Amino acid sequence: MFEHIIPKYNYWIYITLMMIGLYAMISKNNLIKKIIGMNIFQTAIILFYVSMGAKRGATIPIIEHSQGHGIIDVTRYINPLPHVLMLTAIVVSVATLGVALALAVKVYKRYGTLEEDEILKKIKEE
Amino acid sequence: MKEQFPALIVTVPLLSSFIVSISGWVRRSLCFYITLSVLILINIFSFSILNQVICSGVIQYRLGGWEPPWGIAYHIDHLNALMLCVISVVSLLNLISTKKAVERDMEEKRGAFYTLYALMITGLLGITITGDAFNLYVLLEIASLTGYGLIAIGEDRAVLSSLNYLYMGTIGACFYLLGIGYLYIVTGSLNMVDISHILPSLYNSKAVMVAFVICMVGLWIKMALFPLHGWLPNAYTHAYASSSSLIAPLMTKVMVYVMLRVMFSIFTPDYIFRYINPGRMIVWLSISAIFFGAVMALSQKNIKRMFTFIIVSEIGYMVGGAWIGNRVALTGCIFHMVNDALMTLGAFLFLGILSHNNIDETFDGIKGLTKRMPFTMGAFILCALSFIGVPPTSGFFSKWYLLLGAMDAGYYGFMLALIVSSLINVILFFRIIEAAYFYGHDASEIREAELFELVPLFMVVAIILIVGLLNAELVQYIIDPAIPKMII
Amino acid sequence: MNGIVSIRPLLAILVSLCITPLLASSRNSNIREAWTFFAATLKFLIVVSMLPVILRGKDISFTVVHIMPGLSISLRVDALGMIFAIVSSSLWIITSAYSIGYMRGLKEHSQTRYFCFFALAMSATIGVAFSANLITMYMFYEMLSFATYPLVTHHQDEEARISGRKYLAYIVGGSIGLVLPAMLICYGTVGSLDFVPGGLLPPETTRGMAIVLLLFFLFGFAKVAIMPFHAWLPAAMVAPTPVSALLHAVAVVKVGAFCIIRVITQVLGKEILSLHNLNLLICLIASITILVGSLIALSQDEFKRRLAFSTISQLSYIVLGVALLNPKAFIGASCHIAMHAFGKITLFFCAGNVFVATGIKHISKMRGIGKRMPITMLAFFIGSLSVIGLPPTGGFFSKWYLLLGTINVHSDIFLAVLLISSLLNAAYFLPIVYDAFFCPEEESQFEGGIKEAPLWCLIPTVLCALGSIGLFFFPEIFLKLSKIALNLIGL
Repeated sequence: MFEHIIPKYNYWIYITLMMIGLYAMISKNNLIKKIIGMNIFQTAIILFYVSMGAKRGATIPIIEHSQGHGIIDVTRYINPLPHVLMLTAIVVSVATLGVALALAVKVYKRYGTLEEDEILKKIKEE
Repeated sequence: MKEQFPALIVTVPLLSSFIVSISGWVRRSLCFYITLSVLILINIFSFSILNQVICSGVIQYRLGGWEPPWGIAYHIDHLNALMLCVISVVSLLNLISTKKAVERDMEEKRGAFYTLYALMITGLLGITITGDAFNLYVLLEIASLTGYGLIAIGEDRAVLSSLNYLYMGTIGACFYLLGIGYLYIVTGSLNMVDISHILPSLYNSKAVMVAFVICMVGLWIKMALFPLHGWLPNAYTHAYASSSSLIAPLMTKVMVYVMLRVMFSIFTPDYIFRYINPGRMIVWLSISAIFFGAVMALSQKNIKRMFTFIIVSEIGYMVGGAWIGNRVALTGCIFHMVNDALMTLGAFLFLGILSHNNIDETFDGIKGLTKRMPFTMGAFILCALSFIGVPPTSGFFSKWYLLLGAMDAGYYGFMLALIVSSLINVILFFRIIEAAYFYGHDASEIREAELFELVPLFMVVAIILIVGLLNAELVQYIIDPAIPKMII
Repeated sequence: MNGIVSIRPLLAILVSLCITPLLASSRNSNIREAWTFFAATLKFLIVVSMLPVILRGKDISFTVVHIMPGLSISLRVDALGMIFAIVSSSLWIITSAYSIGYMRGLKEHSQTRYFCFFALAMSATIGVAFSANLITMYMFYEMLSFATYPLVTHHQDEEARISGRKYLAYIVGGSIGLVLPAMLICYGTVGSLDFVPGGLLPPETTRGMAIVLLLFFLFGFAKVAIMPFHAWLPAAMVAPTPVSALLHAVAVVKVGAFCIIRVITQVLGKEILSLHNLNLLICLIASITILVGSLIALSQDEFKRRLAFSTISQLSYIVLGVALLNPKAFIGASCHIAMHAFGKITLFFCAGNVFVATGIKHISKMRGIGKRMPITMLAFFIGSLSVIGLPPTGGFFSKWYLLLGTINVHSDIFLAVLLISSLLNAAYFLPIVYDAFFCPEEESQFEGGIKEAPLWCLIPTVLCALGSIGLFFFPEIFLKLSKIALNLIGL
C-alpha cells in the first residue's frame, strides 16, 4: 500500500490542496474567502501540471551555446512544456481572480456586506 | 487567402476587440459598426470554411506552420464548420437586434459591452475550431470570463448571479484542465488527433478513465446538465436582455459540442461505447434533466426564468441523444444543437423586444400583446411551435431523430421523456400565448417593435423553417459525415 | 396504380396560404372579402380541374421535398381525397358568403384575423385531403389544429379561453402524445410512412403491436371525436357559427374521420385488421359513440350543442362504415362525408341565422319561430332529413349503403345500431321543426311578421339545403369517386 502513497507524495499534496480550495469555495460564507478558495483550487491544478515535468537528477531546460549544436540528451532536462502551459494557466487564473474581485467589490457597493447569508437576506427583503 | 480563414476567424475578432475598446473612449457610436463589420466578416469566413469542408473534406491548419504535436493544429471537420456557422449567424442577428437596447440601457458602457461581445465571439469560435486540448481550455476561459462580465453588466442581482456562475464555471473549466493533465501524463501529447492515436494502447489505464470522468464532469458543469445546472437560471434571468440573448443560445450549445469533440476526437467512440460504456447511466441522467427542467419551468411566473429552465431541459435532449450511441440519435443531437441555438435566440430576442418596450416579463405584463405587437407575437408563436415540435419547423425533425434513435436502441424512458416534455412545452408556450391573446391591455403606448428588432427575429423564424424543410440536405451533407464512421 | 405528376395539388393548398398576407393588408373589408372569394373560387376550380384524371382511375402525385430517408412531404390526389377536397372547397365558398352576413350582422371584432386564419385552416384541410403519407398528413393536421385555435377562441372571453384549452388539450395532446409515437413505431418497423393500398404494415405484424397502433391512431386523431375523447367538440361551440359550421361540421371533424379512414385502409389495412378481428373492436367503439352521442344530443337544450353531439354521432357512422371492411359500407362511409357535410352545414347555418336574427341560442325558446323565419326553418327541416337519412335528401344514399353494408357482413348488431341511431336522430331533430311550425298561437313566443336573417346569411343556407336535395337526385359524382376509391384501397 505504501508504494501508492510515498513515491507519489506530490500528487497527494496537490489533491489535498484542491480539496481545501473546493471546501473553502463551498462552505465559507465570506465572498473573499470563496474567491481565495477558488484560487487555491486553480493553483493546486497548476502545481499538479508543473510536477509532471519534474525528473530525478535533471536540470532546468536551458541549452547553453558553449555545448555546441550536438545531440541533446533530453533526459537531462526537465520537461518545459507543462511550465509553458501553466504560464498561460496562471494568466487565466489571475484574470479570473481579477474579475471575481471586481464583482465582489460591486456586490459590496450594492449590499454593504461581503457575507453571503447577509446578502441573501437583503435580497429576500427587497 | 482562403486557406488562412481558419486563423483569421479567431484573430480578427480578437484584434478588433482592442479597436472597439479604444473607440469606446474616443467615439462611442463607432463601436457598433466596427463589431458589425467584424461579425459580417466572420460569417463570410465560416460559411467559406463550411463550403471548403463539404467540397474537399477535413481541413488541417497548422498555426505558425508548426507540425503537431509541437504546434497547435486546427482540425476542421463537418461538425466544427457547422458550429462555426451557427455561432456566426446567431451572434450577427443578435448584434443587430440589440443595437437600440444597448444604446438605451448601457449608454456609457457601450465600448465595454462591444469589446466583451467581440471577445466572447473570439472565445466561442476558438473553442469550436481548435484541435488542441489545452488551446481549448484557454479559449474556454476567454469565453467564460467575457460571459461573466457581460452578465454582470445587468441590474443588481446580476452581479451576485454572475459571481456564482464564476465559481461554478471556474470549477468546471479546472476539472477539464485536470482531465487534460491526466491525459498529458499518459500520452505526452496535447493534440486531439494525436491523443486518440496513442490512447488505444492505454485503454486499461485507470488514469485514462479518471481523465474521462473528470473531463465529462467539468463539461457538464459548464453546460448546466442537471444536477449541475444551479448557476444557469439566476445568471441568465438577471442579466440584461442584450447579454442573455447572446450567451443563452450559444454558450451551453458550444459546451455540448466540446463534449462531442472530447467523446469522439480525444477518446474514440470505441473507448467510450465499447470499453467503459456509461451510456445507460448518462441517458437516465438526461431523462431526469428533461423532467426537472420541464417541471421547474411550469412553476415559474417570470417568462425569462421559464425559458432558462427550458434550456436545462433541452440540454437533457442533447446529452441523452449523444450518449444513446447510435447514428440516428447522434444526428438528432447535432441537429438539435443547431435548432436549439436558433429557437433560444428567437425566444430571447422576443424577450429583448419586451424589455426594450418596458413590458414586464411576467404573464400579467404581456396581456393583450397580440393586439399591440402582432408581428412580434406571430414570430414568437412560430418559435414556440418549433420548441413544441410541430412540422415543418426544424424542432420537429430533430425530435424525430432523437425519438427514432432512442427507439432503435431501446431507451423507451428517453422516448417517454421527450414526448412528455413536448406536451409540457405546449402548456408552457400556450400559457404565454393565452396571456397575450385573451386579455385586453389598457396602456396604449406600446407600439409594434422597431424594424431593427423585428427583422432579426423574422430571419430567425425564416431560418428555422428553411432548416426544417431542407433538413435532409443538412443531414446528408453536413451532419452525417460529422459522425465518426464506427458508430452505427 | 399509375398516375401523373402535377403541381396542381400543391397549388390548391398554396392558394389560400398565399392569399393570407393580401387578406391581412387589405385596406377595407370589401377588398378583403373579395380576396377571400377569389381564393375560395380558385381553390375549388383547381380541385375540380383534377377531377377528370381521377375519374379515369389514375391519380396525381407531387413530391414537395424529401425530409428524411424514406420520408418526404408529398401529395397524392386519389378518389377518396378528391371527395373530401370537393366538399370542403365548395363549402368554403358558401361559408365565406355566410361569414360576411354573420360577422357584419353581429358587428364582430377582428374580422381580418378571422378571415386570415380561416384561409390558413382551409389550406391545411386540403393539405390533409391530398397527403400521400402519414408525415405529410400529420404536418397538415397540426397546422389545422393551430390555425383553428384563434377561430375557436375568437370571442376572446373567459369561456373561449377555457374552451381553447380543452381544444388544445384533446387535439394537440392526442396528436403529439399518441399519433407521434405510433408514427415512430410504424417508421421503425417498416422504414416508410407512405399510404399503401391494403396496408403499410406487413401481415406479420403481431396482434399486440396492431392493437397498440390501432388504439393510438384511433384516439390520437382526436378530431374524429370518438368517445371518450369527444369533449372538445361541444366546448368548441363557443366559436362563431360560421366557424362551427365549416370547421366543426365539415373541415376539422371530417379531417379526423379522413385520417382514420386512411389509417384503417392504408396503414393497418384490411388483412391485419380482419386477421386479428380488430375491425370488430373499431366497430364496437364507433357504435358506442353513435348511440351515446345521439342519446346525449336528446338532452341538450342549447341549439349548437345538440348539433355538436349529433356530429359526434355521425362521425362514428363513417368510422363504422369503414371498419366493416365491406365495399357497400365503404361507399356509404365515403359518401357520408359529403352528404353529412351538406346536411350539417345547413343545420349550423340555421342555428346561426336564428342567433343573428333573434339572439336566441336555446331550443326551448324557439317555439313558433317558423312563423318568423320560415325559410330558415324549412332549410332546417331539409337538413335534418339529410342527417336522419330520409329521401329526398342525399343523406338517404349514404345511410342506405351503410345499412346494405351491415347486412352484407351479416351483422345484426350494427344494423340495429344504425337503425336505432336514425330513430334517435329523428327524435331530436323533428320536434324542433314541429314546435317551430305547428305550435298553437298562444304558445308562440314570436309575434307575427317575417323577419329573416340577413340576405348574406339566408342565401347560403338555402343553397346548402338545395344542395342536400340535389345530392339525392345527382349523387353520381360521389358514388363514382367512392367506387374508384374502393379499387385503390383494396377492399
